[in-house]
Amino acid sequence: MTAATAQPALPPIRARRVLPGFTLSLGTTLLYLTLIVLIPVIALILKGVEMGPERFWRIVSSPRAVAAFQITLTAAAIATLFNAIYGLLMAWVLVRYDFWGKRLLDALMDVPFALPTAVAGLSLTALFSANGWFGAVLHPLGVPVVYTLLGIAVAMAFTSVPFVVRTVQPVLEDMDPALEQAAVTLGARPWTVFTRVVFPAILPAWLAGCTTAFARSLGEFGAIVFIAGNLPFRTEIAALLAFIRLEEFDYNGAAAIALVLLGFALVLLLVSNLLQFWASRHREAVR
Amino acid sequence: MTATATHLPGRSRRAERTLIGVAVSLSLLFVAAPLAYIFVRAFSQGWQVYAANILHPMTLHAIWLTTITAIVVVPVNVAFGIAAAWAVAKHRFPGRGILVTMIEIPFSISPIIAGICYLLLYGRQGLLGPWLRAQDIQVMFALPGIILVTMFVTAPFVAREVLPLMQAQGTEQEQAAVTLGASGWQVFRRVTLPNIKWALLYGAVLCTARAVGEFGGVSVVSGNIRGQTNTLPLHVELLFNDLNAVGAFAAASTLTLIALVALVVKAALEGKRG
Repeated sequence: MTAATAQPALPPIRARRVLPGFTLSLGTTLLYLTLIVLIPVIALILKGVEMGPERFWRIVSSPRAVAAFQITLTAAAIATLFNAIYGLLMAWVLVRYDFWGKRLLDALMDVPFALPTAVAGLSLTALFSANGWFGAVLHPLGVPVVYTLLGIAVAMAFTSVPFVVRTVQPVLEDMDPALEQAAVTLGARPWTVFTRVVFPAILPAWLAGCTTAFARSLGEFGAIVFIAGNLPFRTEIAALLAFIRLEEFDYNGAAAIALVLLGFALVLLLVSNLLQFWASRHREAVR
Repeated sequence: MTATATHLPGRSRRAERTLIGVAVSLSLLFVAAPLAYIFVRAFSQGWQVYAANILHPMTLHAIWLTTITAIVVVPVNVAFGIAAAWAVAKHRFPGRGILVTMIEIPFSISPIIAGICYLLLYGRQGLLGPWLRAQDIQVMFALPGIILVTMFVTAPFVAREVLPLMQAQGTEQEQAAVTLGASGWQVFRRVTLPNIKWALLYGAVLCTARAVGEFGGVSVVSGNIRGQTNTLPLHVELLFNDLNAVGAFAAASTLTLIALVALVVKAALEGKRG
């Protein structure tokens, strides 16, 4: 004990700012963020404050707005469900197997990010309309996609394809194969190994990916306006209703709906960040 | 080991073949087909019609407007990305975490909400509306509005590629350079820049692809004035609404080419980015 106290007291180590340009770079960053991001977002929030809770509530609880929120949430849920399964499958196949064309398939997963949403919407609409490649098959079967809720879900699913794949992929790559081998040695069947060993390891990342996919689907606009047909109460999404209110110069109506969407986005951002934090801690544990 | 390997999940021959088969067919149908269909439809009436569609004055104007927007937005966001990464990765200060989250915020906000925010700020009924009108400055329904919204939407792209790399590289090299008497600018140009150049290039390419394809936000602030504030993605919508599908696909094909270039650059830089 005396040895510890006998140590000479060192001057407190302070990280001196050795590198130059701190004030300049931080100043530029803050100024730009304030002008480009913060002030415009504050303008929206101020509009909400200005209209007051009563008016805000009247707008967002109007039947047409409620229908739009329901359509948006339902379609986003369908799209996310699809991507939860498809994304997991793609991540698994891309990490675990080697086959001809694998690199191309991997690159294909980035297409929905790179492709402008309007272009994706145009192409999907044409593909699924009666004389398109897919529509020609689906229409005679009595499955219309264009101008339906399913069409909205298809557009949302397409634009959010990469989220689940790209969050699960690195976790699967990092997994220690010894865990699975140990389970097999102990007599577990392949499906049991997957559900008891592999799936719990990738669960946080998978959920984080699904959350971002869902958030992206709620805010998607470009791809949907083409395929939805935009009928009030039937295929009108919340973002589009806000857009229509703007065109009618009803700025309160647009701002109220936009605020609800903003609220959704921020809550989902928080959830996704928490999940990712959980995922990174989890990853350390299973490595 | 080979005995147990086939008992690992998905390791049996049959499971492997089935899963690869399902994955490939789904991806071909769901991702590759929409991509291929753009070119199939764009060229469905031959090269000459395609060329005529692209060379139509309205389309050329849209291409021009989109190009101008990207030329302004991308360098600004490259500069912002470098500044943000330099501040966050090379220095310690309270609130760094909050700053990183703030940089990422435009990713979580739907572009259409961004557009509404800008309209509420700069529009006629907006907060700055009366002042702007007194100064006779037109921001909304004009090029400045389009550029501003595109800046908002694409702000994080460069920072997000450069920041993690700079953080991983630490500050030792820069500190050594400073100790040897290099000025701030010399440190950046000779030490930092060579280390981050590929990530920077990749971020710039992503930013360009996104800036060029921006639709929702621009659609709010542009006012869709034909031949004046119609960017290329808006022009695609306009042609589609005019029931000129082949023209819409021709215009869309140019945007698709830019997207494909971005993907090729990504593939080429894979590994180089470190």
